[in-house]
Amino acid sequence: MASIENAAEPDAWFKVERGVFTAGGRWTIAQSARLDQQLRGLETGSNEAIAMDASGIERLDSTGAWLLLRTRRALESAGRTVSGLKVPERYTSLLENLDRDDPARHAHPRGPHMSPWTYRLYRIGKATIQAGHQGWGILGYLGRVTVETGEMIAAPRKNLRFAAMMYQVEETGISALPIVGLLAFLIGVVLAYQGADQLRRFGAEIFTINLLGVGVLREIGGLITAIIVAGRSGSAFTAHLGSMRVNQEIDAMQTMGLNTVDTLVLPRIIGLVIALPLLTFYANIMALIGGAMMCYFDLGITIPVFLRQLNQAVDVSTLMVGLIKAPVFAFVIALVGCYEGFQVERNAASVGQLTTRSVVESVFLVIVLDAAFSIMFSVLGI
Amino acid sequence: MVTKKNKGDKKDVIIHIQGLVTGFGSKIIHDHLDLDVYRGEVLGVVGGSGSGKSVLLRTIIGLNAPREGTIEVFGKRTGYAEGSRMRKLEVRWGILFQEGALFSSQTIAENIQVPLREYTSMSQELMDEIAAMKIALVGLPPDAGQKYPSELSGGMKKRAGLARALALDPELLFLDEPTSGLDPISANQFDELIAELQQSLGLTVFMVTHDLDSLSAVTDRIAVLVDKKIKTGTIDELRKDTTPWIHEYFSGPRGHAALAGSR
Repeated sequence: MASIENAAEPDAWFKVERGVFTAGGRWTIAQSARLDQQLRGLETGSNEAIAMDASGIERLDSTGAWLLLRTRRALESAGRTVSGLKVPERYTSLLENLDRDDPARHAHPRGPHMSPWTYRLYRIGKATIQAGHQGWGILGYLGRVTVETGEMIAAPRKNLRFAAMMYQVEETGISALPIVGLLAFLIGVVLAYQGADQLRRFGAEIFTINLLGVGVLREIGGLITAIIVAGRSGSAFTAHLGSMRVNQEIDAMQTMGLNTVDTLVLPRIIGLVIALPLLTFYANIMALIGGAMMCYFDLGITIPVFLRQLNQAVDVSTLMVGLIKAPVFAFVIALVGCYEGFQVERNAASVGQLTTRSVVESVFLVIVLDAAFSIMFSVLGI
Repeated sequence: MVTKKNKGDKKDVIIHIQGLVTGFGSKIIHDHLDLDVYRGEVLGVVGGSGSGKSVLLRTIIGLNAPREGTIEVFGKRTGYAEGSRMRKLEVRWGILFQEGALFSSQTIAENIQVPLREYTSMSQELMDEIAAMKIALVGLPPDAGQKYPSELSGGMKKRAGLARALALDPELLFLDEPTSGLDPISANQFDELIAELQQSLGLTVFMVTHDLDSLSAVTDRIAVLVDKKIKTGTIDELRKDTTPWIHEYFSGPRGHAALAGSR
């Protein structure tokens, strides 16, 4: 590590003799680390008066001056009477300048001191309150978006930005086809392989297809797609809207009387609500193709047999149970993505922070909602 | 210490620029420019927009490479200086960038401690004390140390940037438009702060500015960038100058007001 602490420089020194604190040499930042340690070890000792004479100092900078002043304060607070602090004349104004500050302001440089446990509790409490505020904020935003959506439905020609919406369908849907397709295909392969491995022990290989069909259509296809889209498009919404905020573009839009929910948020939400069910359907098909391939190579089940078994295992309602969730997931992902984008403050770190938060929150909410759907369907007996 | 003589002048030259040429692409910004800055003075650098004030500053501190010419700071050449030699210079100067350039992921106290941590072996305790001391020195409230740059106003950011620039107790301070974007009252206070610190810490200040009030309030000498060269002098000397830009600068309505107000 580079250092300005030059050993070749004449050393700064101090000593206490017969009630006089004498200092000399170069009291500069280069010497400060050593002086600091020695001064901390200084015996404050008896109650007798002490004089401070630093007139032998050759060079003094603000760090050195601070050390002198701190020593005087330490001696004073130990109950000793300190008389005078003599420094060469050219440094008196520096010393006065520093001394004028209220000593109390240096008392707690790190803020209120807390023990590690208290601090942990403090963090937990702070995070809880923040999470509460966050939930409240999103709820408020949901209300606003609902109202605006209602207005849009009441007068679609005026408020619906059709081109912007289609652009979002393209961005979030069509551009995501390769990655969603590939991942769904691989999930299908993995699922069929693992299912076949276990079911083979019972001689029930054929039921791999039931596992695959029900698993993919009801749960996995929709969930995987939603999670990919949350990572891909939810983060993009936050980062894009966030940068617009940093650039004051959103402020400019507001002052021109443009409704930011109409122009920025609704196209994204509606676009994603259209795109995600389609993507989910596509992912379902890809996963089934992957599974069918695995069944063919691993279990020797031909495609016609696969299709016949699949036909017995699932019906349209299985598919619909999976697809009905997709618009809800889409709405949540887009809502959180946009909401967090509008929370961005005008600095670089904030965009990153809120993008992370947006993805974490939307994935969390997607999984929570999926669980809620499962409970709801089981109560309804679907 | 540096004891370069300048035309029989007895003053220490801290920055010595000779025949400096800089430019971007085919555009020449400085054409064989000479400038000396003496120890303990406050030099104000002025010039029209695009005249290369900031480029000059960036070239001196080594952020821009000059095309020709020599720049010596503390008697050592910069601009071409490589790593370790440049480090030795960098700890002797402090720079206040226009917007403060504070690290946004760190608190103000941590910002001030960055150079301390890098260049000294101070204990954390002493670094905390030094940070608190510098925060008080630049006139920020004590709780500013725990705040992040985004929580501060523009004027406070500049003060915090100044505190960081002063962290290593530099001898030379570069200020890039210290009062731009501040309201007149804050700007006045900032001028006073600079003058006061310059006095008590014995600093040499190289200040790029647009602010005529700052110029008349704190500077000892003014360098005017005009026609790719530089002209230096005190305010009174420059007011008599007949170069059109300089004449207009000091004799325009703003110039009159600033000079009338201070003198």
